[in-house]
Amino acid sequence: MAFENNVDVEHPVHDVRMAAIKNFEEKGFPSKKEEAWKYTSLNNIQKIDFSIFPKQENALEYKDVKRYFIHEIDTYKIVFVDGIYSSYLSETTHDGVDICLMSAALTKPMYKQVIDVYFNKIASKDESLTSLNTAFSREGAYIYIPKNKMPKKPIEILHFSTGNEASLLLQPRNLIVVEENAEVQIIERHQSLTSNEVLTNAVTEIFAAKSAIVDLYKIQNDAATASLIDNTYVDQKDKSLVKIHTFSFGGKLTRNNLNFYQNGEYIDSTMKGVTILGEKQHVDHHTLVHHIQPNCESHQDYKGIYGDSSTGVFNGKIIVDKIAQKTNAFQKNNNILISDKASINSKPQLEIFADDVKCSHGCTIGQLDKDALFYLQSRGIPEKEARALLMYAFANNVLSSVRIPELKARINKLIAKKLGVNLGFDL
Amino acid sequence: MLKIKDLHASVDDKEILRGINLEIKAGEVHAIMGPNGSGKSTLASVIAGNDNFEVTQGSVELEGEDLEDVSPEERAHKGVFLSFQYPIEIPGVSVTNFMKTAINESRKAKGLEDMPAKDMLKLIREKSELLEIDRKFLSRSLNEGFSGGEKKRNEIFQMAMLEPKVAILDETDSGLDIDALRIVASGVNKLKSKDNAVILITHYQRLLEYIVPDFVHVLHNGKIVKSGGKELALELEEKGYDWLKQETAV
Repeated sequence: MAFENNVDVEHPVHDVRMAAIKNFEEKGFPSKKEEAWKYTSLNNIQKIDFSIFPKQENALEYKDVKRYFIHEIDTYKIVFVDGIYSSYLSETTHDGVDICLMSAALTKPMYKQVIDVYFNKIASKDESLTSLNTAFSREGAYIYIPKNKMPKKPIEILHFSTGNEASLLLQPRNLIVVEENAEVQIIERHQSLTSNEVLTNAVTEIFAAKSAIVDLYKIQNDAATASLIDNTYVDQKDKSLVKIHTFSFGGKLTRNNLNFYQNGEYIDSTMKGVTILGEKQHVDHHTLVHHIQPNCESHQDYKGIYGDSSTGVFNGKIIVDKIAQKTNAFQKNNNILISDKASINSKPQLEIFADDVKCSHGCTIGQLDKDALFYLQSRGIPEKEARALLMYAFANNVLSSVRIPELKARINKLIAKKLGVNLGFDL
Repeated sequence: MLKIKDLHASVDDKEILRGINLEIKAGEVHAIMGPNGSGKSTLASVIAGNDNFEVTQGSVELEGEDLEDVSPEERAHKGVFLSFQYPIEIPGVSVTNFMKTAINESRKAKGLEDMPAKDMLKLIREKSELLEIDRKFLSRSLNEGFSGGEKKRNEIFQMAMLEPKVAILDETDSGLDIDALRIVASGVNKLKSKDNAVILITHYQRLLEYIVPDFVHVLHNGKIVKSGGKELALELEEKGYDWLKQETAV
């Protein structure tokens, strides 16, 4: 692929981009020979001839895509159609906080200070797909929450692809900076509206300053021809609280690289995930928590239900540096296989160099509990509904920490739909 | 109402029930007693349709219908209820939602519409008062973190909600303190009628002071070795089971 022709050499982050191009050219796409990509192959994706920059814009009517928004509540919206910002579908703001576009942030002088301090500072300069994004990304969400502020409503970041191109590569780039004692709630979704191939290689950088609170919800329920590589990097300072929920219900191939760096004390980092897959879908959750300073906590809780010929990966890496004493790091990955052809590879990776730490990890792979099933059946609940109820219940404790009730209701519905039942109530 | 004929059942090829004969008529209370491992809980599970146990011979009939090949949920719809010795914890499903689902599934099986929400709430309130259950308790996850007594009381609450024809109470008295036992027993007594039947499975005579049985059967080695009236329970309390074991060995 020849990318250079499309790069703007006058751009202020030109040097950063050139370095990223160089890194990508040296490394190329990751292959299964690399440990981190052992169970996820990008071979088939690389065979597709993706369009990098769509030639024409496609307009969408709100009524046609309304169902992908959490429309029951008022939200700020940053919406992209085939990678291009849609002002028509969006609702941005500069009222005390900045909820707008990366393209503006990267070019306008008023944002220069923030860009200089934060842009590409926590994202890997080594990982080739992140470099690919750094090199060519043009657009994304820019969210800046100043000290002690909280936006009036949650923010939705939506990426639609309309099938304009036979196959499209999208590379959104988000920067989220939450200053001291500020708070933000963000919902992110990628949605392909046709059966044309889409590959999204997204990079999000999150900076949570002292005592900041960040909630990020990723809804992954895309079409069977849409693939997503999500690279999220989180930098946390003292007493900050960052929670990322990942709901993976669809898409062809989804790779989530969530990386947390605890650059302070008394930090809490939480990652929760519900994965419900069928058909030949594949989801790979790769998490990293780097405990760099003492007295911090991390919590990971991933639940997976795999049916048909779906495959899953959970790789949870926890690094505790020598000085990071009094670290509490917890990791759980529980899976249910409901088909003989489905599989999951679950692997904890603990690298602990401090001696006064509490670390626990647990991974289970099993079927539904027969005794529990009989208990429900003995009360008159038919086997199919009883199974669904148990799977619902299995996934439910991950939902308990979702702080937007309408989002929780939506996720509940998605789970019910995915499990093919209507239980008549929300859990 | 319930007729058990020459019932043999095994688990993992090990025979546990070796020919049980028992007939229970509407309006009756039967107590089944016996030492550990005599097959009491197995009998309860088999009647409720647990397929961990294989019925190798004989039959269980409910109102003249053979229950062979009838699923546990269908048995529940027909009026069989088992109060579990060890109720299962189901985190993430509240007691209320669980009961709503159970009741509406039963109604659906009978071709009825869902119970209107208002009626459901009224029913839940009525029945929870019967068992002296706190409202807050109903929104908790089913059996999760419940004390032994709370679990058993919750089982009888479910029985009250489902109004079964035949209720099998498997060691409902174990783990209950005297106050909880009194509440549970009084709940069962209020639910008793001439149209339903209760089977009490218990080790001890204590429960039978509160729920008075019409018949007492002693199970040993998978067979009923002695049947009698309520005085048999007292005799067992006094003498233990050893004399029966000896008697049957002879």
